[in-house]
Amino acid sequence: MIYLILIFFLLILMLGAAVYAVVQKDLLYAVIATGVISLVLTAIFYMLQAPDVALTEAAIGVALTTIIFLITIRNTKRYEDDYNKKDNLKSPLK
Amino acid sequence: MDDKLFEILEFGVYGASILLILIGLYAVLTKRSLIKIVIGMSIIDGGIHLLLITIGYLKGGTAPIFSPGYEEAAGQMVDPVPQALVLTAIVIGFGVTAVALSLIIRLYRHHHTLEIDEIKRLKW
Amino acid sequence: MKKFLVILILAVLGFHLFAAFSGLGFGVTRFEKGVKDFYLEKTVSELHVANTVTSIVVNFRGFDTLGEVTVLFLAVSAMGGILYKRRHHAGDRSVLFSSSSIVRSGSKLLFPAIILLGVYIFIHGHLSPGGGFQGGAIIATGFLLMLIAYENFSVSHNTLSYIESFAGIFFVVIGLLGFMNGGTFLQNFLPAGILNNLFSGGVIGIIYVMVGFKVAAELTGLIYTILHEKD
Repeated sequence: MIYLILIFFLLILMLGAAVYAVVQKDLLYAVIATGVISLVLTAIFYMLQAPDVALTEAAIGVALTTIIFLITIRNTKRYEDDYNKKDNLKSPLK
Repeated sequence: MDDKLFEILEFGVYGASILLILIGLYAVLTKRSLIKIVIGMSIIDGGIHLLLITIGYLKGGTAPIFSPGYEEAAGQMVDPVPQALVLTAIVIGFGVTAVALSLIIRLYRHHHTLEIDEIKRLKW
Repeated sequence: MKKFLVILILAVLGFHLFAAFSGLGFGVTRFEKGVKDFYLEKTVSELHVANTVTSIVVNFRGFDTLGEVTVLFLAVSAMGGILYKRRHHAGDRSVLFSSSSIVRSGSKLLFPAIILLGVYIFIHGHLSPGGGFQGGAIIATGFLLMLIAYENFSVSHNTLSYIESFAGIFFVVIGLLGFMNGGTFLQNFLPAGILNNLFSGGVIGIIYVMVGFKVAAELTGLIYTILHEKD
């Protein structure tokens, strides 16, 4: 009983993190939300009786993927700039 | 009571994994930032892994690991084949993400932007 | 406008996906006698391996694992080619995460424990959850911690490539030795042992240890490469 409610809670948390990762303009927050998705997936895999997959997801999805995204953001830039794009579209020259 | 909740859970888990795939596809199709597109791809990865693991689940089953004294318990175990499949898919997905991100770093060094609309001359 | 079109297409796609998968059922036995039963029965009666996922990944589908490790190697080489730079100096980082003395002391304390955990996981891959891929990824995480905490910590690329090549060659040689008794590629030629002992399952444990070394070397090299990329 409490087990099923916990799974529902985790699924909702995962979907919320996914929507947040897509909507957020600050890429740093979006990457951390992607890490949260992987963390929740680890718990769900463990509950669905797949401990091997849970270990892999914990090591690769949470730690390594997040850190290479972070290094890429440090190397490029932090914000997804939609604002400049909109200004360009409004100008009559375009 | 528990059976009723379990039936709702069936729709919940399948629905959540399919929604995860759709959210990732939305990001890939509409976003203009290259890093956002790669984030969308990794979200699609997660959804597909959850879908495959869910197909192999057995109600009341145990993990496919034998213990001494329970060698005959194979009937109550969840399907190990999708688990082995997903195990390899996660590692390959990490390789794909790493190559995509290194391409992004290279593109940024050359064009000084991450917007796909502004990258026009695709040769360097 | 484009967004509404995309949402419409995705709604149609989602409806059909959901219609397809809701008919499958959740938590029911779908096949009377499927390939799953064959694998489970062979694992415990013939190979004497406790973890069925390990026996599928290494033995029944071992050739696929060889291909997968090759794909990972290709990904790391492609990254090295894309992020090519003349020379790596130790401490010559593209990104500097400045770390305090607490982080340094803590990571020095944690590093041997993380490596030990990774080695434990890939040695016991056929007895408990885990195996070569998981253990290798955990070892790479330990090296990542040290690389972030210390600016001048560096790993030798030559050592990594030697470990990686020898592990790969060992995998193929063990696979080819399966032809000795007239078997197939990756056939078990060692005694199977007793279930739930460390020395059981014949070649499965040895191959997974090799996969662990190979994955650890590849992932560490990948992180080292992307951390030292600089114009």
